[in-house]
Amino acid sequence: MAGRFSLSKGTLITLGAVVALVLLAVFFVEDWHQLWKISSAPDNVPIVAMLFLVPFFTWLGIKQSRDNDRLIVALEQDPKLSKTSHRKTEPWRPGWAKEIHVWPYLVRIEFLAAVIVTFVLFVWSIVLNAPLEEPANPNLTMNPSKAPWYFLGLQEMLVYFDPWIAGVVMPSLIMVGLMVFPYVDSNPLGNGYYTLKQRRFAVGMFVWGFLMWILLIVIGTFIRGPGWIWFWPGQTWDHNAVVFDKNVDLHDWIATSRIGKTLHLGFLAADPWKFIFGFLVVSGFFILGALFFHWLMTVDFKKLSLRPLRLFPQDPFEQKLLARTSLLQYLTFQFFAVSVLLAMPVKLILRLALTIKYVWVTPWFNI
Amino acid sequence: MEENPDKKSTEELTTGEKPGSASLVGRVKESSTALKQRAIEEVKGYADPQDTQLWKSIFRVSHDRSDPRNRSLAVLSNVFLHLHPAKINRDAVRYPFTWGMGGITFYLFIVLTFTGVLLMFYYHPTKADAFRDILYLEHDVPFGKLLRNMHRWAAHLMVITTWLHMFRVVLTGSYKRPREFNWCVGVVLLVLTLLLSFTGYLLPDDQLGFWAVTVGTNMARATPMLGSEGPFGVQLGMTPFNDVRFGLLGGSIVDSNALLRSYIWHCIGIPLVASIFMAVHFWRIRKDGGISGPAPVMLESEMKAIKKK
Repeated sequence: MAGRFSLSKGTLITLGAVVALVLLAVFFVEDWHQLWKISSAPDNVPIVAMLFLVPFFTWLGIKQSRDNDRLIVALEQDPKLSKTSHRKTEPWRPGWAKEIHVWPYLVRIEFLAAVIVTFVLFVWSIVLNAPLEEPANPNLTMNPSKAPWYFLGLQEMLVYFDPWIAGVVMPSLIMVGLMVFPYVDSNPLGNGYYTLKQRRFAVGMFVWGFLMWILLIVIGTFIRGPGWIWFWPGQTWDHNAVVFDKNVDLHDWIATSRIGKTLHLGFLAADPWKFIFGFLVVSGFFILGALFFHWLMTVDFKKLSLRPLRLFPQDPFEQKLLARTSLLQYLTFQFFAVSVLLAMPVKLILRLALTIKYVWVTPWFNI
Repeated sequence: MEENPDKKSTEELTTGEKPGSASLVGRVKESSTALKQRAIEEVKGYADPQDTQLWKSIFRVSHDRSDPRNRSLAVLSNVFLHLHPAKINRDAVRYPFTWGMGGITFYLFIVLTFTGVLLMFYYHPTKADAFRDILYLEHDVPFGKLLRNMHRWAAHLMVITTWLHMFRVVLTGSYKRPREFNWCVGVVLLVLTLLLSFTGYLLPDDQLGFWAVTVGTNMARATPMLGSEGPFGVQLGMTPFNDVRFGLLGGSIVDSNALLRSYIWHCIGIPLVASIFMAVHFWRIRKDGGISGPAPVMLESEMKAIKKK
């Protein structure tokens, strides 16, 4: 029955998420004061704002992408229409000018934006004071001692990687990776308009990275308490809490596990086998990771099924794009994708769920 | 009597007045009426300021709504507006397309420069004064608290708007040919924005900034080859007194040198570099054909084969 108040799928999902969040909060938040203290800390206000801004602008982008995608489908099906249409979702009628004067049509918007931003800043600055702690004191360590919120992603990465990776290599890889983004994207479509259908992989990869970055910041802001210990939102930050560091290296973990013992893998814990083992694990990770991204790049999600088993249906459009990609572009993308986009969450899961410290131990560096 | 124009009468020669004219009072009245008339005429001319020499010298063109050429000239002949083209895509002004984030980021940079310069009047980058100066700003300087708050929040907001601007550019595919290089300039600007914010964090010289910078620069110790605790650092002779962290802080601990360095990077070094990159960023927007859209959608069937060299 199509009622008058039918809800779209997106609205339902959003509503469901909100309800789930409220229920979670009601049942699991023990210490509302702690939660309030974290989210109302003046320097955390921006990240709280991001929690609303990012979903809003993601929605705004997806909405326009969907509109354009519908238009693209319609035009692909009707060649005659594609010759006559002005090819935008924005209205246009013959006789309307395609271009408008910057003065006043753009300048007035810029002026208005400046006025609004100024107003917002004034209100924000009157209502909320910039934080000022006690004078700097090298003898009194702040606990938790946190970087500014936009660098909390890096600080959180310190949990999963050694400082030279988390603090130096990863940021450099992210920067260079962002810079090569336009050069490895060989897709000529979707230049200057929102679309998901024509650019699902490129957009997907960026959103993956962007959301991962935001997620790390959220963990760093809301979850990491004194001693950088994991406190769920709503748990009291216990300054006396102690977590016994029971993290083990992957080779030890396997060597001492029940399976490892039955298979007589004890030698993995000794030199030089642990070095060789770690090297193999990391190489294997790169190969498997690259295969995974290749699959993600070309698979046709609509034809994917378990019964009958079809795991590798190819999407003809994505195949076409792949054919346009040079080997250098492909390999560059794979390098950055595996070593940043995949390595980060994999190490996070290994560390948090399986308490693995390093996967590759060498005399010079550990990964 | 014969009139001789060259020969002046005795009366004229002695009094300077022509014979036969009215009395002194009458003549004053006469000339003042003429002056008044002239003033009225002149004031009428000022009714339209655009006709004045002053206006023309500043703006060069009059603001004539009916003349499209003038609207273009208003933009093209103004140094602040000339970053814009005279005309743009009619849909480019729609808010949902650009979200206005790039422009807002630039505006926030201007706000930060303005409030930052004002803050510099009250701040000494020394261990003895820095923290007290903040207290002075907060409690004694008129509107000092507002000033500091605005600088702080504008900085945070700028980080957010930069990220959202980048997000929009990706979603609209605006980094694609011919704008690839400008995207790279944008990435550099993003990093500079974060560094600007980070260098400013230490300046109040309070616990928050001190420990944030301590945590941040401790990571530099681990830089491969250039840090005393990084891979291959020791082998290359790196110690806490000559590695990259030492260079950043001007010492082995976060102290007065670090405060000064961070001040100079924050107020002079990075803004200077960022301004140069911004100039390139904006100039390239124009040179790469203005903002990317909203462009007409392209179809899969219209994809051209790659040119073989």
